[in-house]
Amino acid sequence: MIRAQGLTKRYGDFTAVDSIDFAVRRGESFGLLGPNGAGKSTTMRMIAATTRRSSGELEILGKDPNRSGPEIRAHLGVVPQEGNLDTELTCAENLYIYGRYFGLARGYLKLKVEELLAFAQLEEKRDVKVDELSGGMKRRLTIARALVNEPEVLLLDEPTTGLDPQARHILWDRLFRLREQGVTLVTTTHFMDEAEQLCERLMVMDRGRIMAEGSPQQLIREHSTREVLELRFGSQRNAEVAAAIADVGSYQEALPDRILVYAEDGEQALREILSRGFDPLTSLVRRSSLEDVFLRLTGRTLVDE
Amino acid sequence: MSGSSAWHVAEARLRNMWKWKRAIIFYGLGGPLLYLTSIGLGVGALVDQHNGAAGMQGVPYLMFLAPALLAAASIQGAQDEVTFPTLAGFIWSKLFFAQAATSLSPRQIANGVLIASAVRAVFTTITYWLVLRVFGAVDTASALPLILSGLLAGMCFATVMLWVAAHVKNDDGFFAIVGRFVITPMFLFSGTFYPLQPLPLSVQWIGWLSPLWHATEIGRALSFGAGVHAQLFAVHVAFLALMGSAGLLLAHRQFERRLTA
Ligand SMILES: Nc1ncnc2c1ncn2[C@@H]1O[C@H](COP(=O)(O)OP(=O)(O)O)[C@@H](O)[C@H]1O
Ligand SMILES: [Mg+2]
Repeated sequence: MIRAQGLTKRYGDFTAVDSIDFAVRRGESFGLLGPNGAGKSTTMRMIAATTRRSSGELEILGKDPNRSGPEIRAHLGVVPQEGNLDTELTCAENLYIYGRYFGLARGYLKLKVEELLAFAQLEEKRDVKVDELSGGMKRRLTIARALVNEPEVLLLDEPTTGLDPQARHILWDRLFRLREQGVTLVTTTHFMDEAEQLCERLMVMDRGRIMAEGSPQQLIREHSTREVLELRFGSQRNAEVAAAIADVGSYQEALPDRILVYAEDGEQALREILSRGFDPLTSLVRRSSLEDVFLRLTGRTLVDE
Repeated sequence: MSGSSAWHVAEARLRNMWKWKRAIIFYGLGGPLLYLTSIGLGVGALVDQHNGAAGMQGVPYLMFLAPALLAAASIQGAQDEVTFPTLAGFIWSKLFFAQAATSLSPRQIANGVLIASAVRAVFTTITYWLVLRVFGAVDTASALPLILSGLLAGMCFATVMLWVAAHVKNDDGFFAIVGRFVITPMFLFSGTFYPLQPLPLSVQWIGWLSPLWHATEIGRALSFGAGVHAQLFAVHVAFLALMGSAGLLLAHRQFERRLTA
């Protein structure tokens, strides 16, 4: 469906996307995970055939976006990071007019608009101006809008950023539906839980480069231990203690507010540390997550704390 | 192949314009009424009294004035419909970026804005002509030449303004600058109220660069046969053709740049 080789985007001297390779298969749910500024949106805009690449090869639906932009875009659905619904129009009007931009027939759109409003669970807001919708509703409407041309690939740039937990779950549920229907999804996110929920296969991105690639389970297996022990000794003592327990578990990460001890068996690591006479303010054993993968790969956390 | 076209962009613009129909009609009628009563009748009486049957270039002052007023109104209407949506599309609502994600091309988006502004210019010129006709300032035969020359002025100016507006990143003072340094001088120094020739060259050049003057001269030649040399007439037509196509070309290029960056 999508194939990139040495894909690069430069803005002046700055390289936002630095020679990345990846491929997305039909029907797959693919994700780009990385912190702010990693180059996710820039990559998405190149896949969406709206931003021209600086160098490298890119093939979308078998075509080159530099030559066949409109033909490619006719089969894509785009949910941009920055909302750009027409706030002066109603929900139904937004869907209808967007469909007209694809040159879709009025008759087809009359039916399609109602179908999409139902999908987005916005039937009651049909004739309400976009201005008056909540953040979650706007996002759902944007997704519905992206489906108006029955796209083969749906591109979602940070679909749930800024939404409350309930709104996120409603949205995820809608996206599961689409996956079941066989729509190919490409999602960017800086939330590891979202990446775990939505993506079968992930690319971890940082500073314009790909750090790792694989399924969430694969990534965790390859780049982290089974369990993590989180310890807090108070911000003054963390560094000092970290040095003293450096041999416990596979490896440690000392963050300003806590120490993470990576080990196959977290409880055992904790016992070892307690037996050496250290006395943490709090301790917690949990399973490894993508957050740990990212920390291991880049030495930084995904979400700025 | 995709079925998208500039008409679908224009369709969306026109829907939006429809919401403002009262304001558009109000300005469409209000402008001509104001000018006709104040300048047309007031100054006209003075000129005609002074010049007798000769009037201005052999016709009553209002008839002399009509092509210029029509073209000026058309320019104003077309310019409104080009600059506001373009600033909105790139900056305020980001509508152009939403459109650019569909099978529309940047060029089609630019053309759609122009088509909608042409519709506004047609509406403006026809309304203006009707008011003039009701005032008895023009005869029926003048309809086609005047509306045509008015449209020409409006659309040539619109393509250039589309190009200019597509560069704006920060809209602070944009409209004030255009109004003060482009529209107003152009209106005053384009042979609008009196022929351009008596003006000193130090200001006459404004007229030569102004689509308003060229279109007005075409309108005068066609509507009441004002004496224009065939060569000069050709210059007027060539100037407008050149300005319109250059503006269109440049606007396309700028839309493409900004929507694929
Ligand atoms: N149009 C642009 N001009 C200049 N720099 C840009 C532009 N778009 C993005 N960048 C820069 O490229 C980097 C990657 O941005 P982006 O792709 O938006 O990252 P992400 O979506 O992962 O947060 C950032 O440092 C950003 O400032
Ligand atoms: Mg982004």
